[in-house]
Amino acid sequence: MPEPLSTGSTYGGSSVGAGETHAAAGPDVDVNAASPLSRAENEALTVESTPDLSVFGPDIVAKAQVQKATYPETRSALLPMLHLVQSVEGYVSQAGIEFCARQLNLSNAEVSAVATFYTMYKRKPCGEHLVSVCTNTLCAVLGGDAIYKKLTEHLSEDGTPLKHEDTAGEPGTPGSITIEHAECLAACDLGPVLQVNYEFYDNQTVDSAVELVDALRRGEKPAPTRGAPLSDLRTVELELAGFYPEDEAEFRARIDGPSAAVETLRGAQLAADSGWTAPAMPEKAPALPEVEKK
Amino acid sequence: MTSTETTSPDPVTPVLTKRWLSPNSWQLETYERLEGYTALRTALRGTPEQLVQLVKDSGLRGRGGAGFPAGVKWSFMPPNEDKPHYLVINADEGEPGTCKDIPLMMADPHSLIEGIVIASYAMRSHHAFIYVRGEVPHCIRRLNAAVREAKAAGYVGKDILGSGFDLEITVHAGAGAYICGEETALLDSLEGRRGQPRLKPPFPAAAGLYAAPTTVNNVETIASVPFIVNGGADWFRTMGSERSPGPKIYSISGHVEKPGQYEAPLGTTLRQLLDMAGGMKDGIPLKFWTPGGSSTPMFTAEHLDVPLDFEGAVEAGSILGTTAVMVFNETVSVPWAVMKWTQFYEHESCGKCTPCREGTYWLAGILERMVDGHGTEADIETLLDICDNILGRSFCALGDGAVSPIQSGIKYFRDEFLALCEKNKTPALAGANS
Repeated sequence: MPEPLSTGSTYGGSSVGAGETHAAAGPDVDVNAASPLSRAENEALTVESTPDLSVFGPDIVAKAQVQKATYPETRSALLPMLHLVQSVEGYVSQAGIEFCARQLNLSNAEVSAVATFYTMYKRKPCGEHLVSVCTNTLCAVLGGDAIYKKLTEHLSEDGTPLKHEDTAGEPGTPGSITIEHAECLAACDLGPVLQVNYEFYDNQTVDSAVELVDALRRGEKPAPTRGAPLSDLRTVELELAGFYPEDEAEFRARIDGPSAAVETLRGAQLAADSGWTAPAMPEKAPALPEVEKK
Repeated sequence: MTSTETTSPDPVTPVLTKRWLSPNSWQLETYERLEGYTALRTALRGTPEQLVQLVKDSGLRGRGGAGFPAGVKWSFMPPNEDKPHYLVINADEGEPGTCKDIPLMMADPHSLIEGIVIASYAMRSHHAFIYVRGEVPHCIRRLNAAVREAKAAGYVGKDILGSGFDLEITVHAGAGAYICGEETALLDSLEGRRGQPRLKPPFPAAAGLYAAPTTVNNVETIASVPFIVNGGADWFRTMGSERSPGPKIYSISGHVEKPGQYEAPLGTTLRQLLDMAGGMKDGIPLKFWTPGGSSTPMFTAEHLDVPLDFEGAVEAGSILGTTAVMVFNETVSVPWAVMKWTQFYEHESCGKCTPCREGTYWLAGILERMVDGHGTEADIETLLDICDNILGRSFCALGDGAVSPIQSGIKYFRDEFLALCEKNKTPALAGANS
C-alpha cells in the first residue's frame, strides 16, 4: 500500500494550503475579468465552437485533394494546405484549422501546433498586402531598423506606432496593409530589403519605403525590383499552396520578367569584363570512374 | 587543356554563375543552348556507383555550411531498395548573410533540376523534394516552371531519356522557420510537423523522410554536380585546395562598394574579395566580418588574408559556413550587432531543448540590458557562462550558432562591452543606443 497522500502539510513543514479544499477556497474567480485579453478573445480560446467551413467551397476541397495526392504520406500536405486556407481567408482561422484537420484526418490540436510554429501563418486577419521589413543585423545597420520604425509610425492612424503584425486599414479591404519585421530574407547584397507579399523591393530607403506604402494604400501596385507583377497576399498564398494560373500565357507572365539584380550579376559581369573564366573543361566529358561491381 | 594544371585560376571563376548573364537564363531553351542536360545523358549511361565515386573523387563538399563530403554522404544510402529512397534539397536559405541559393534558383533553376536528376539516379531515388523557404515565391515559381519544362522535355518523369529511370520532383514551400534549414527539422517539417530537429542517430540515410533512406543536400552542392560530370573530378580540382576543391559562390554584403555574388575558387581571401567588390564603402575602415553567416564566429581586419576554405577558416578560429561574407565598418557597435543576432536566435529557437530555448532568451535579455546602458561587468562573464552551457549541449547546431557572435564578439571587442557598462556613458557608435 502506498502512503496516503498528505493533505495537511507540504515540504519543510510549511502550512501553505493546509486544510484547504477546493470548496473552501471560495467562489470561482471570473477568469474573463481577471484576464488581460478581451472577453471575445477569451471566448475564442475557451468556448467550444463549431466553425463554419462553408467558406471552403468545392474548389478548395478539390485543391486540397490535389495537395494530398502530391505526397507519399498525406500529412506532408499540411504546410501547403495551411497556405491554401490562408489564400481563402487572408489568415489561418479556427475554421481553416478545422478544415485542414478534417482533410488530413488529424486533430485540431495537431494542426494548431503546426500553424502556430511558422511565422508565415497569420492568426489574425491580414491586410490586402503584407509588408515585411528585414531588421536582421545587416539590413538593420544599412537602414532596415529606421525603415521599420518609420513605417510603423507612418501607417498609424492615431499616432501610436503600429506593432508587429498590426494592420493599417480594415483587414482584407483594398489598400489595407499589415506590417511586420522579418528575419533575414536572403537578399543581403541588396539590403536593406523589404517585401510586399514576399516580392522583393531591394535597396530601400526610408523615403522609398514610405512612397511604396502610400502607393499601396492608393490602390497602386508598384513593380517589385525582382519578381512577378505585384498581386495581393491571398494570390501569393495560393501560389505557395502550389496553384498557378492555368492559362499558359498568364502563367509564363508570372515566371518571366525582372529577376537578376545588378548585385546578383556583379561577379559574373566582372569576370566577363576582365576576361576571367573558370579553367576550361575537357572537350569531351571524361569517362566515369571504374568501380567494382557489387 | 594541360595549362590549367600549372597556372592558378582567374580571381573570379564563373561555373554555377556563368549562365546568369544570359537573357532568360531560367528558361529551358537557354539552358539547353548552354550545354544544359548534357551531363544528364552522360550520367545515365553510367551506373549509380560510378557517379557516387565521381563525386567522391571530385572532393565536392556540402555547400550548406557543414562541408561534409557529398560523395561520402551519398554512399551512406543503402544499395538495396527495400524502402523508397528520397533526395531532399535544402533550399531553406535563411542563415543571416546568406543569399546565394535564392539567386541561383532564380537565375538558373535547371542546373539544380539537372543535378537533382543525376543525384537521384546515383542514390536510386524516385521522388525528390525541393524544400524552399516560403518567403521567396518568385524563386518557387521559377522552380515550378523549370520542373514543368523539364518534364515536358523528358528530363523528369517516367523513363527519363529512355533510360528506364523514373523520377518525380516536388517543389515544397516552407512557412517561415529558420530551424527548418537543419536537415532533420526540415524532414519533420516536410512531413507536416513543427520543424524540430531529431536525435541522430539514426541518420537520414538510415531513417529520414517517412523513416526511409534519405539524403539532404544543399542547392549549391547539387547544382555543382552536372559540371562535375561534364568536366570530371580533375577539372573540378583545378580550383580550390586539395581538401576544399572547386568554385564557391561568395556572397559579399554590407559596407562594401559593390556588394554581390562573386564565384571564386575556395580559398579566396577577404582581401581579394574586397578588391573585387570595390573596397570598403566610402573608404571607412573594416571593423568586423563573418566568413559564412552569423553562426560563424566573426573575424576582424587581422584576418584579411585567411584563406576562406573549410580548413583555413577553422585554423583561424571560425568556420567557413555558407561563405556569406557580411562586412561591417568602424561605425557599427559590436555589442549591438551581437544583440541583434542574439534576438534572431532567440526568435528562431524551436523550443525543443532547454539549453537553447532558455539560453537564447537570457542571452538576448542580458545583451538588451547592456546595450540599453544598464549592464555590469559581471554580465560579460554571465554571457560567456551561458554560452558554455549552450555550446555542445544543445540538440542541434542552432544553439552552437547562437553563441558564435557572442563568444567571438567578446573575444575581439571586450572593451566595447566593458564600455557599455560604465555608468552614464553614452555609447558614441551608431546603433549602440537605438
